[in-house]
Formats: sequence, C-alpha cells, structure tokens
Amino acid sequence: MQTNNSGKQNLPISSYLIRRTKVRLFSLLALPMTWIVGVYIVSLFLLLITAFWNVDPFTSLVSPGFNLENFKLVLTVPAYLATSIRTLLIALSVTVICVLFAIPLGIYMAKIAKPWVRNFLAVAITLPLWAGYLVKIIAMRLVFTEEGFFNWAMAPLGIRGPGFSIPIVILTLTYLWFPYMALPVYTAIRQIPPNLFDASSDLGAKGFVTVYRIIIPLIVPAIIAGSVFTFSLSLGDYLAARFTGGATQMIGSIIAANINLNPPVAAAYSMVPIFFIVIYLMVARRTGSLERM
Amino acid sequence: MHQAMGDFEGELNIVNWSGFVEPAWTDKFTADTGCKVNPRVAGTSDEMVTLMRTGQYDIVSASGDAALRLIVGGDVQPLNIDLIPNFSDDIAAGMKGNVYDTVNGKPYGVPIGRGANLLQYNDDITKGAPESWDVVWELNSPYKGKITAYDAPIYIADAAVYLMYHKPELGIQNPYALDEAQLAAAIDLLKQQNQIIGEYWSDPVAQITSFVGGNTVVGTSWEVLRKFAAKDNLKTTLPVEGSTGWFDSWLVSSKTSNINCAYAWMDYTSKPEVNGAIAVNFGMAPANTAFCSSSPEAQAHCDTFFAEDEEFFKRIWPWTTPIETCVDGRTDVKCTSFQDWTNAWATVKG
Repeated sequence: MQTNNSGKQNLPISSYLIRRTKVRLFSLLALPMTWIVGVYIVSLFLLLITAFWNVDPFTSLVSPGFNLENFKLVLTVPAYLATSIRTLLIALSVTVICVLFAIPLGIYMAKIAKPWVRNFLAVAITLPLWAGYLVKIIAMRLVFTEEGFFNWAMAPLGIRGPGFSIPIVILTLTYLWFPYMALPVYTAIRQIPPNLFDASSDLGAKGFVTVYRIIIPLIVPAIIAGSVFTFSLSLGDYLAARFTGGATQMIGSIIAANINLNPPVAAAYSMVPIFFIVIYLMVARRTGSLERM
Repeated sequence: MHQAMGDFEGELNIVNWSGFVEPAWTDKFTADTGCKVNPRVAGTSDEMVTLMRTGQYDIVSASGDAALRLIVGGDVQPLNIDLIPNFSDDIAAGMKGNVYDTVNGKPYGVPIGRGANLLQYNDDITKGAPESWDVVWELNSPYKGKITAYDAPIYIADAAVYLMYHKPELGIQNPYALDEAQLAAAIDLLKQQNQIIGEYWSDPVAQITSFVGGNTVVGTSWEVLRKFAAKDNLKTTLPVEGSTGWFDSWLVSSKTSNINCAYAWMDYTSKPEVNGAIAVNFGMAPANTAFCSSSPEAQAHCDTFFAEDEEFFKRIWPWTTPIETCVDGRTDVKCTSFQDWTNAWATVKG
C-alpha cells in the first residue's frame, strides 16, 4: 500500500496524463506545432499576403489593401516570364545532371569500390558541404574568370571557357547541390541485396540491362528525394546567378532586387517557384514514388 | 526641429555605409559625449530606407537617392544648422543646398562626402582613355561582352545622361526628371546595352574581380574600387557626357529618442580631421575641404578624389530620388517616380 502511494506521488505528471489522451497529445505536439504554425506558416502567410498590397509610388512605403496588379505584372511583363522559364530550365538541367552523375558514382561506391575508396569518396562528396555556400560560389567565379584556373589549364588544348553565363550557373548549382542527390542514391543502391545482381546475371542480363531493369526502378524514390532538393534549391537561388551568371537573371534575382524597393511584387513573384514546386511534387506523387520514399 | 542642445542620451544607433563608422573615431566621440555608438552597416540605398523605416535607428548616412525618399516619407526631420558649428564655410560649395536633401529651403542633411560614377577601362586593351560612354552603350562597341554596369534602378539616370548629350531632341534637362517618353527612351538604351553587357555589378568585390580577372574591359566604377583593384592597367576617366555620382549626408530620424547625441555626432564628423578620416577610409571626396590642407597626404587624397575641384563635380549629377514633381522645374508634365523606375529596371535585363 505504502509503496503504491509513494509511487504515485513521485510521478504526478505521468499519473495525470495516463488517462487524458488529448492532453498527452497536446503536450507532445505543442512545441513543434508552435514552431510550424507560429513561426513558419504565419511568416510565410504574411509574406504572401503582401502580394496583394499597394506601394506608394513616391516613398515606396507599403500599405495594406487588395489589388491584383502585382500578379498581373508577374504574368504579363515579358522579362518576368522569360526569367521564370529560364529558371525552371536551369533547375531541371541541374537535377538531370545530378542524377546522371549520382547513379554511376553510387553503383561504383556501393558495389565495386574497396572500403577505403568508398570512405574516401563519401568524404569527398560531403566535403564541399563543410565550406560556406558563398565561398563555393566565389570559388567557382574565380575558376571561370577570363584569366582564371579553367582557361589557364585548358589553354594547351586550345579550349576557352564560356565566360559567366547560363552554363556556368548550371555547373555552379550542380556543384552546390550534388551531395543532396549523391548521398540518397548511394544509400539506396547499397541497400539493394547482392543476390539481385547475381540473379540478373544468371538470367543473362549484361551490365547496362541490370542498371536499367534492376537498379533504377529500385532507386527511383531516392532520386525523387534527391531531386526535390536539387530542383527546389536551384529554383530559389540567386547568388550563383549573380556571381557566375554574367547578365543572367533568375527568379531569385528579381525577388532580391524588389525585396526592398517593391515588396509586393517580390511577394507576388515568390509564388512562381512555389507553383513550380507544387506541380513538381504532384507529378512525383502521380508516379507513386512519394509513397515509397 | 531641434531648438537647443540638451543632455546627451547615452547612445546613438547609426545606419551607415561600410567604413563610415569605425572605432578610430567613434571611441573619442563616446569618450567626449558619453554617447555609445551602435553602427549597422547597410549594403544599398534601398536597404537603408527599409532600415530607417523600422524606427529603430537615430541617424543614417544616406546617398541622395535615399535621402529624398526618406524626407518625403516623413522618416527624417529638418535640421537646425545653427547647432552644428562645424557645418561651416569649409564645406564644399557643391554639397550644400542640393535638391536631394533640401526641401522647401529646409536642410535635412549634413554632407559627409561624395564620389563620381566614372568610366573605368583596362588600358592594356583600350590603349588610352575612351572619350565617350558610347563604349558601354552602343551595339558596335569594340568591347562587346566585356562591359559592366551598375545593377540598380538608379542606373537609369546614367542612360539619361548619355541621351542628354547625344539626343538633345528628347529634351532631357535633368537625368532624374524624366517624363514617360524620356524614361522609355532611357529604357530602350538600357535594353540595347543588355545585349552587349558582360555583367551587372552591385557587389564591389564582384566588380573588382571582374576587371582584374579580365572578364570586364570597360564599365561603371568608383575611384575607390580602382584603388582596391591595385592594377596599373586599370584607369578611370570622366567621359565627355559627364556622369552621375553619389553625395552622402547624415539624416536624422523623425522618431529618434537620441536627438542630442545625433547632433553631437553630426558636428563631430564635420570636423576636418574626422570628416577626412571617414573620406580616406571609405575612398571619397571629403565634404569638409579644410581637411585637404592639413597635411601632404590629405592633399594627395583630395586631389585623387577631386575634393576641391568644383568644375569636375559640376559635370556630375548627384543621385536624386526621381519623384512625380519634376525636379527640373517643369510643371506642365508629370515625371516618372522611383517606383516607375524600379518597375522599368526589372524589364531591362529580361
């Protein structure tokens, strides 16, 4: 009797919660929900609602109101439209290149490389993540300047870099986001049981057939997971374009240019990448790969 | 308006350009007045305006393109110059009473320094100074693809300066007072330039590496950027059309609770030696020309930056916020506002 009583007294919170499932659920979720709703959703909502507000033409002061002019601008100004499409194509190119690099690398690391080579490659892939993001962009800028490393190293072959332009932006973004594609793809390939490879070759499949019919179908969820990163991070980036793109303008460039001068236009334009990502996720969902992630 | 100096409040929150507020001169100010200085560096004029509107800052080192916006928005207050004895005859004549910081005869700003947007060129390639800005504007430029331009809506004024000289039929009298047709002409010129541009710059480091790395041969620059680049083959010139420039002043927030510290700061930084220290540190012409005769080094600095050369600065149009009331005095037409410029600028780069 006495032990029972003292046990209850020692755990007042637990004994209170044991029968009250709703309170229990609430106390579990209170902190993360405060974060998601209070900080994340509300600030996003406040940003997006500005898209309907007005700007005083004289002082650039923002005042609440309701008009669709900003959306009209985003959808009708040719420069904005061209920038949206350019950014979409850049983000898709980055994603495709990351996939093309990640699959052979993943196969090599998971199935062929000796353990020390595998460890070395794993470090090599993640190493750039240790450096600051801006540092990496500036590094790419220095490599591809007219008198930079690339032109110097390629001079004996008579090759010259394209100068700051869209291809260099794609290259820079690929460099920045490749780890986010390479790691999930590598992990997925590692998890494929070795006997599937044996079975495939027993049935007469050569290397490429095995890759195409066995590996790729099994790692699609990993590729989708990686591509959500490479695609959405590329869509939102503007510093790569600023430092390595020459006169190239991306969605982020226009948002950054307007964020102080005309916040409503910046807010309206920030709907464009959100729209692209929603479409992308819907397509990914239709392929069924989100369920298997 | 502040009528008489009172007790110091003990702190001063400043929005400033990088290099304007340094311990080398704030320590003495704090020791003299007890006002603790809290600087906040801003990267662009637009950021300065946004920061000042939060009401958390007492004073700002605004360029002319921010000043008029702040004055008209009611974010800053008119000044009582009598309380700033160092604002004296030594302040360069070209920096007093300009349209960007003086409204209805009331002064809002205390001058800090000024600089011109010059044409920088790589002498190894151009073999001499280009006489005209045409090398950055015209499609037949020999430096096509190796041209840089300043990345901000206020750069539209540079196109207007070029048009004033080459297309007088447009009737532009002041590059910051453009009616709709004149703005459209400037935008057309900028779109033409977009076809031959290599890079736009807003980050000084990017501009310097672009010139030094050989990606850029000609383009907009500041004297201080050329000095930082530290290459003998990079030179600057003021082409025949003239140019734009930035004239910076201290402006005091209308919501400040540290007004006495703010006035003390403006007076302190207008002293020849302090004003000169800021100008040397940032790389610009000091507002207080008494600094120039204080030492041979000071004189050399003033000569490099044309501090006493009013003829030079007469060919420079100081950045001014474009507003609907034409600043060139026209009343029969409505001019385009900075908002129009911002929207138009977005269409240039495509």
